[in-house]
Amino acid sequence: MTTIRLSVPDTAERDEIIQIRAMIQHDMESGFRVGARGEFLPRDIITRFECFYNGDQVFAADFHPGVAANPFLEFHVRATDSGSFEFVWTDQHGEVWTDTASIQVS
Amino acid sequence: MPSDLPHSHGRRQFLKLGSSGLAVALIPVSAFAETDDMLAAQAELFGDRPVQTGRVSVDLPPIAENGFSVPINIQVDSPMTEDDYVSQIVILSPRNPLPVLAQYHLTPRNGLAAVSARIRLGGTQSIRVIAEMNDGTLWSGEKETLVTLAACVVL
Repeated sequence: MTTIRLSVPDTAERDEIIQIRAMIQHDMESGFRVGARGEFLPRDIITRFECFYNGDQVFAADFHPGVAANPFLEFHVRATDSGSFEFVWTDQHGEVWTDTASIQVS
Repeated sequence: MPSDLPHSHGRRQFLKLGSSGLAVALIPVSAFAETDDMLAAQAELFGDRPVQTGRVSVDLPPIAENGFSVPINIQVDSPMTEDDYVSQIVILSPRNPLPVLAQYHLTPRNGLAAVSARIRLGGTQSIRVIAEMNDGTLWSGEKETLVTLAACVVL
């Protein structure tokens, strides 16, 4: 089971810049590590992260093997409307993990 | 000085060679190739567009005890409005096996051009962060960090 941890404020003032933190549990196997028999462990990483605010993409990231295991990101979004954030991670094989958080903007 | 003495000329030549050789030996040969990798990656991303120094502040610990997970904070000086915003932030490394570590795509709706993450470092190096503005101009910042346990030797 993949653990996703999100930090999104429950409420915000309109036009307030809120801080968002998102982390997903993943080994991010770089492809440069050597296994017990001296063979390179095959690369297995999450390559893409996207954040949608009420359906609009507001932030995205491309991950490469230089991103540490359990990729963590902290970024900011201007709170404009009440609604939801959707966070989407996609790995190199196309597997997708998503999670959502809601916010009340007054 | 009589120039028909071959041994004195030869010694001078030898000393000259020796000192220049020493100067080169002090710089690790691989350092050139590794920086080249980073510059090649930068050219692939941004072509030969000029990169100005400034507007990007990079925060890394001065000593990273564990290269497998090094916290990095990036902040770009930008109003983040519809007309003037940071569209992309790229982290480049001169020493990791792959020079591009991560790319972040921002929009005016971010309000603040600041990103924090955790990266892997394959040794002591100066990390370069390039920010691309919506008008296509490029700005960069660098920060050096000492890595005691590199992420790539234990690999």
